[in-house]
Amino acid sequence: MIDLPTDHRGPFTHAPTSIQNTMVLVTLALVPATLFNFWLFGWPSVFLFLLTVFACLGVEAGCLRLQQRPVTVTLLDGSALLTGWLLAMSLPPWAPWWIGVLGAVIALALAKQIYGGLGQNVFNPAMVARVALLVSFPVPMTAFVAPQPLFSAAAPGFLESLKITFGLSLPLDSVSAASALGYIKTELSRGIPVSQAMPEVSGLFDLAVGYQSGSFGETSELLILLGGLFLLWRRVITWHIPVTFIATLFGLGTVFHALGPDRFTDGAFQVLTGATMLGAFFIATDYVTSPVSASGRLVFGFGCGLLTWIIRTYAGYPEGVAFAVLLMNAMTPLIDQGFRPRPFGRTRRGDPLPLKSKP
Amino acid sequence: MRLFSVRGGVHLDYRKDRTRNLGIVPLPMPALLYLPLTQHVGAAAEPVVVAGQVVRKGEVLATAQGAVSAPVHAPTSGRIKEITGHVSPHPSGLSQSTIVLESDGADAWGALPAGIEDPFAATGQEIARRVAEAGVVGLGGAAFPAAVKLNLRAGHTVDTLLINGAECEPYLTCDDRVMREYAGEVVDGARIMAHALGAARIVIAVEKNKPEAIKAIANAARPFATMAVAEVPVRYPMGSAHHLVKVITGRETPAHGRTASVGVLVHNVGTARAIHHAVRFGRPLISRVVTVSGGALKSGHNIEVPLGTLVRELIDFCGGMVAHADQVISGGPMMGHPLPSLEAPVVKGTCGILALTADETNVQPTGPCIRCGSCVEACPSGLVPLQLATLIQHEDIDGAAKLGVEDCISCGSCSYICPSHIPLMHYFDYANGRLRVLDRKRKHQEKLKTLAEARRQRLERQAAARAAAKAKSARPAAPPTASAQAQTQTQAQAQSKPVGNSAAAASVTGAPVTGLPVTTATETGAGP
Repeated sequence: MIDLPTDHRGPFTHAPTSIQNTMVLVTLALVPATLFNFWLFGWPSVFLFLLTVFACLGVEAGCLRLQQRPVTVTLLDGSALLTGWLLAMSLPPWAPWWIGVLGAVIALALAKQIYGGLGQNVFNPAMVARVALLVSFPVPMTAFVAPQPLFSAAAPGFLESLKITFGLSLPLDSVSAASALGYIKTELSRGIPVSQAMPEVSGLFDLAVGYQSGSFGETSELLILLGGLFLLWRRVITWHIPVTFIATLFGLGTVFHALGPDRFTDGAFQVLTGATMLGAFFIATDYVTSPVSASGRLVFGFGCGLLTWIIRTYAGYPEGVAFAVLLMNAMTPLIDQGFRPRPFGRTRRGDPLPLKSKP
Repeated sequence: MRLFSVRGGVHLDYRKDRTRNLGIVPLPMPALLYLPLTQHVGAAAEPVVVAGQVVRKGEVLATAQGAVSAPVHAPTSGRIKEITGHVSPHPSGLSQSTIVLESDGADAWGALPAGIEDPFAATGQEIARRVAEAGVVGLGGAAFPAAVKLNLRAGHTVDTLLINGAECEPYLTCDDRVMREYAGEVVDGARIMAHALGAARIVIAVEKNKPEAIKAIANAARPFATMAVAEVPVRYPMGSAHHLVKVITGRETPAHGRTASVGVLVHNVGTARAIHHAVRFGRPLISRVVTVSGGALKSGHNIEVPLGTLVRELIDFCGGMVAHADQVISGGPMMGHPLPSLEAPVVKGTCGILALTADETNVQPTGPCIRCGSCVEACPSGLVPLQLATLIQHEDIDGAAKLGVEDCISCGSCSYICPSHIPLMHYFDYANGRLRVLDRKRKHQEKLKTLAEARRQRLERQAAARAAAKAKSARPAAPPTASAQAQTQTQAQAQSKPVGNSAAAASVTGAPVTGLPVTTATETGAGP
């Protein structure tokens, strides 16, 4: 005799958690840095940002429709919005419109939906898009502008900005700025040691606050850090990846700088430039593409820091965060196999704990 | 008191405020009580009454069968209406053998065994016997016969008795109320158990969110130097025996093991109180405190319920339903199970009856796993629930077993925390069910193999014996006379005739006896 519903298995209560919740929190954490960058780089950056985000939502919707999966519900989970946001933040702020749109197609269609959608992709979609664009279109992807705060004299007006974004005019002189990492790399290749090149770069304070050239989200390290701390506080992410990532990078930078000040930049410079903060708190911590256990996350963060330092120091590209994260993404399934928590009542190898002499 | 850390767990929305400050109220005796013969872990009790028989309160209605079982007693005086099938308080809704007792309204006690004047002078066996006779089982929900656990002394050295008052399930406040209102009885029951077990130390563990209970127990325990009250952190599943033992003593029970193997025995506070009643006054377990709560009910209460009361009567006592109940649960919302019907009875293991609205159960459609790792962080058993779930979705039960799905304690922390509402625990229960079936099959096959082997050996022995007998008669050592020899030969032939099989002949010629065992193996299907 069954007259009440019994088909559901417990628990009969649930934490107020949802995918949407998580995505909204991460997006919120990005807002301060985003607003700062709008101010720093003016209208062209606003246009590119909006274009990229809407292109991502459009590509996701198109893919879902092709697969005959529910469109509205899936878009509302916020994952496409977040991917678009992160992609926009990794692009040069004055990049032309087609960079954003092509990035959206690569990120959402090729790096996410082809694998089966949310939760199935091996690589971080935003970083796949950034790296694909960087390798394919190195010139527009490294055309950084010097900071030109909104409403300042040098900043382009609204209409002029539209022209910049849509590729009708490109004020070459203002695009010539190099990022700090890029500048040091170029100088090193010309035989100028780090110690001499360093004074030409903005001071550490400017680097930290974000008054520097670079991709949209790679300038204000402090505001990104603030967002990261917010995520830690709300328990969206755990400390393992960001701390090991940054500590490894800082440690390597400091040690090698001490050994060879002419060849290697110091730890603080490594941490406060490029995509370090964005990568450590927002990219490497991407749930889908990072390990699930605490020990696995420590390994992952260490690997990201190590590879970033190696690529920045020895490889052809000045910035290595995106490459490092993608390489570690590829390691994630292996790390997940090898690093699991110790089961309760068992040894690390999985055998029941031996009984000690009777108490 | 120094506490140890334990991994995993979740912080729940406790929702205890509705009933935690309401005193325990007795339920007016229902007209009919439905007493299932299986209210405990182990063999069903065997009825010793017949329909129409008049019984008194506390009288034995059914006796325990075998080593792990418990008797059933009459919760009130009256007449046995019938012994029939009745819906069990199990999600299957299967009918279960049940004694139906019609109350006569007098509620008159029958003769009870005299209480033990000084339990601390009695032997452990004597106390365990009393507890067994009183039908006391674990009242925390597991319903394992308490006396069996008291007898564990024989195989283990137990130095610590842990009384579990954590009550980490949301809504439930019955243990909280028992500790506040009957602290003396709980403490006395615990001391009696510790004496029976020879345990030197007693720790009563209570979650910090029950300050009144902690105070009451601490007051009652003050005169006794061997007793300590531990305030444990508020984190589910703190009440899981293995985890509580780790937190209190730092000892980690090996997988598949019992806490007794690390020298600790865990009993619920309600069980301690029932043991106090059983040993001091010879009173059997005929009622228990049940928390009735949930958003669908007009009011919540902690009720002293006679066993066998229908759930419907408890709901009526609380003013009925004022909202649609999405689920009616027996036990807590984390580890409890859905009730098939309001006509199911309250049994010894029923600690709560919850009528929950859809808002409270918060069931949502399942989304894709985003590998957030919340379940890994939450799992108190140190498993990786998302990997297990993927394997089980692909029917790779062996793979899940290798990753330790059998270590799952079904606490539900992973399902509770999952942002995609994936029913993780459901998968693990399914896998463990499958593993149990496979295990049963394997054991069955092993038994068949043993039987086949035994038969083969028996037939071989018989054949060898026959052959030996034949050989002996065929070659007598020194026959006294020729006629006697001829006679013996005839006899031997006559004897071997009905057998007359090739085995006997073969054994004479020295060939191995193989024909029969092969046939046997093929017949039973247990061949190599």
